[in-house]
Amino acid sequence: MSLPLDSFTPLQRTQKTDAINRPSTTLWQDARRRFKKNPLAMGGLIVLILICLFGFVGPFFSHFNYYSNDLSHTLNPPSWVHPFGTDELGRDILTRAMYGTQISLAIGFGSVLINLTIGIIYGGISGYVGGRIDNLMQRFIDIIFSVPDMLYVILLMVLLGSGLRNIFIVLGIEYWVTMARIVRGQILTMREQEFVLAARTLGASTPRILFKHLLPNTVGQIIVVSALQIPAAIFMEAFLSFIGLGVQPPLVSLGYMAAEGRGNIPGYAFALIFPAALIAILMLAFNFIGDGLRDAFDPKMRK
Amino acid sequence: MSNEVILEVNNLVKHFPINEGFLSRENKKVHAVNGISFKLHQGETLGLVGESGCGKSTAGRTIIRLYEATSGEAKFMGRNIYDLSKKEMMTVRRDMQMIFQDPYASLNPRMTVGDIIGEALDIHHLASGQKRTNRIYELLETVGLNSEHANRFPHEFSGGQRQRIGIARALAVNPKLIICDEPISALDVSIQAQIVNMLEELQEQLGLTYLFIAHDLSMVKHISHRIAVMYLGRIVEITTSQDLYDHPMHPYTQALLSAIPIPDPDVELKRSRIVLEGGVPSPIDPPSGCYFRTRCPKAQQQCAQTTPELKDCGNGHLVACHLV
Repeated sequence: MSLPLDSFTPLQRTQKTDAINRPSTTLWQDARRRFKKNPLAMGGLIVLILICLFGFVGPFFSHFNYYSNDLSHTLNPPSWVHPFGTDELGRDILTRAMYGTQISLAIGFGSVLINLTIGIIYGGISGYVGGRIDNLMQRFIDIIFSVPDMLYVILLMVLLGSGLRNIFIVLGIEYWVTMARIVRGQILTMREQEFVLAARTLGASTPRILFKHLLPNTVGQIIVVSALQIPAAIFMEAFLSFIGLGVQPPLVSLGYMAAEGRGNIPGYAFALIFPAALIAILMLAFNFIGDGLRDAFDPKMRK
Repeated sequence: MSNEVILEVNNLVKHFPINEGFLSRENKKVHAVNGISFKLHQGETLGLVGESGCGKSTAGRTIIRLYEATSGEAKFMGRNIYDLSKKEMMTVRRDMQMIFQDPYASLNPRMTVGDIIGEALDIHHLASGQKRTNRIYELLETVGLNSEHANRFPHEFSGGQRQRIGIARALAVNPKLIICDEPISALDVSIQAQIVNMLEELQEQLGLTYLFIAHDLSMVKHISHRIAVMYLGRIVEITTSQDLYDHPMHPYTQALLSAIPIPDPDVELKRSRIVLEGGVPSPIDPPSGCYFRTRCPKAQQQCAQTTPELKDCGNGHLVACHLV
């Protein structure tokens, strides 16, 4: 069967081009939406916000401070006045935990900020310049990597002396190595991508390529690594304070409180349990957030 | 098509060094492009074909100076581009642009379509503010998209649409020559036709010259005025596309053409195909003499000893083979 040709009439074109009707979503919006759908990550975020409030707003509602002692109330068990009890110098553990949380959070974010700065610059140069310079820079990283973290940090702390500022410095120069490697790897894989070649054929300068094309595309990875490095830094600080290389009294951190509480485990375990539990919750929250961010920025990682 | 030569490539060579070994440094090289020469006339489309890994893309990228040439020259409008300073090169970049193969990798996922196209305008200070916006809209419409698309991100577009954005980006600087690096091989067939037709229309409207790199022979025949066939970094045959299909002279071209399926089952069943033995030799250690001799059904002793030069076999039909 065939139809006569004149029974066909051409359809009028109503639209010249194909329109997209879906509202525009940026990659950030996509990531945010995926993150919100992840219950563990959202739970972690809420817990983190609560802990931040606890650390930074809590002290305003407390009748005590972290340094003055009350020798008539030493090692009190939890009560209405001292919900977490008091330590062997009669200081309120709840209030001390609030300040300790402040310090821990500050160390977590602060050291990550330092290692971000060093890591991005070092990794960016190493990856983009490539060749012999990259080789040299990577061997230097290998040397740092070959020394165990713990040993490296302890040696540096002994060398610089304990104290809050030195903890920032030591943790900052400890963790940038991982960041530099990640940034370099990302930039290496993207350097030969066609969109970078396209920018080069247009005559884009090196800074333009680095800051407009390469780095924005590594931001996801950088955020994920940072989010997972924050708990590592917090844990490292707690450990250092625990062995006596961390913050010095009267300043207090969660690790330092745990170290203090350790001596009284048989009778007064609460002095250890509360700060230790806070460290654990903080670590869990950050790790959940980190995992959630990784899934949000890299949908291929999802099951 | 005029007779004015816009691009003249003479003996272009591109080798990539591979450094192996730590103590005894062995300097091996990948011979990606091994001395190719051709001329490209204003308003013409030259197809560059060959199988994967034969150096087509490297040739294209070296001609636009994404890679520095090992030796040889590429004269663009009379000037050898490898002699130009960075500043002079910027003016060449306005006249010579490139369209890339993979529409998914060639657009920065973090930039809006408007910024991707506008980047060319920013770099060369061609337009700013409202003029920039208008130019971007104009370019989008030139390639069959609409101005609303400017604020969207590449991932919201299909492959064909993305390739159009890539073309708009190349057109933003008003180039004279566009190197198309397999612009259609990542697209499906119906979209391929759209893009090729659009490229042809743009050529007519804007007087563009194309160096069209591809491996799909039938598509290349459709768009090209002349075709150059490459094998292992060398051009083995150049002629007009009709002539190449009617009278292929190089054994490699003959084999390539016989690999194109014929859309008629009866003919397809009866015809005899030239099947080449073995694979392409490694470009790290290419054979002596004619590179094709290891797979050539007609190879003789002479082929292993001397390298055949491109010679004119009448009407500008150039072939590099001892046997023609």
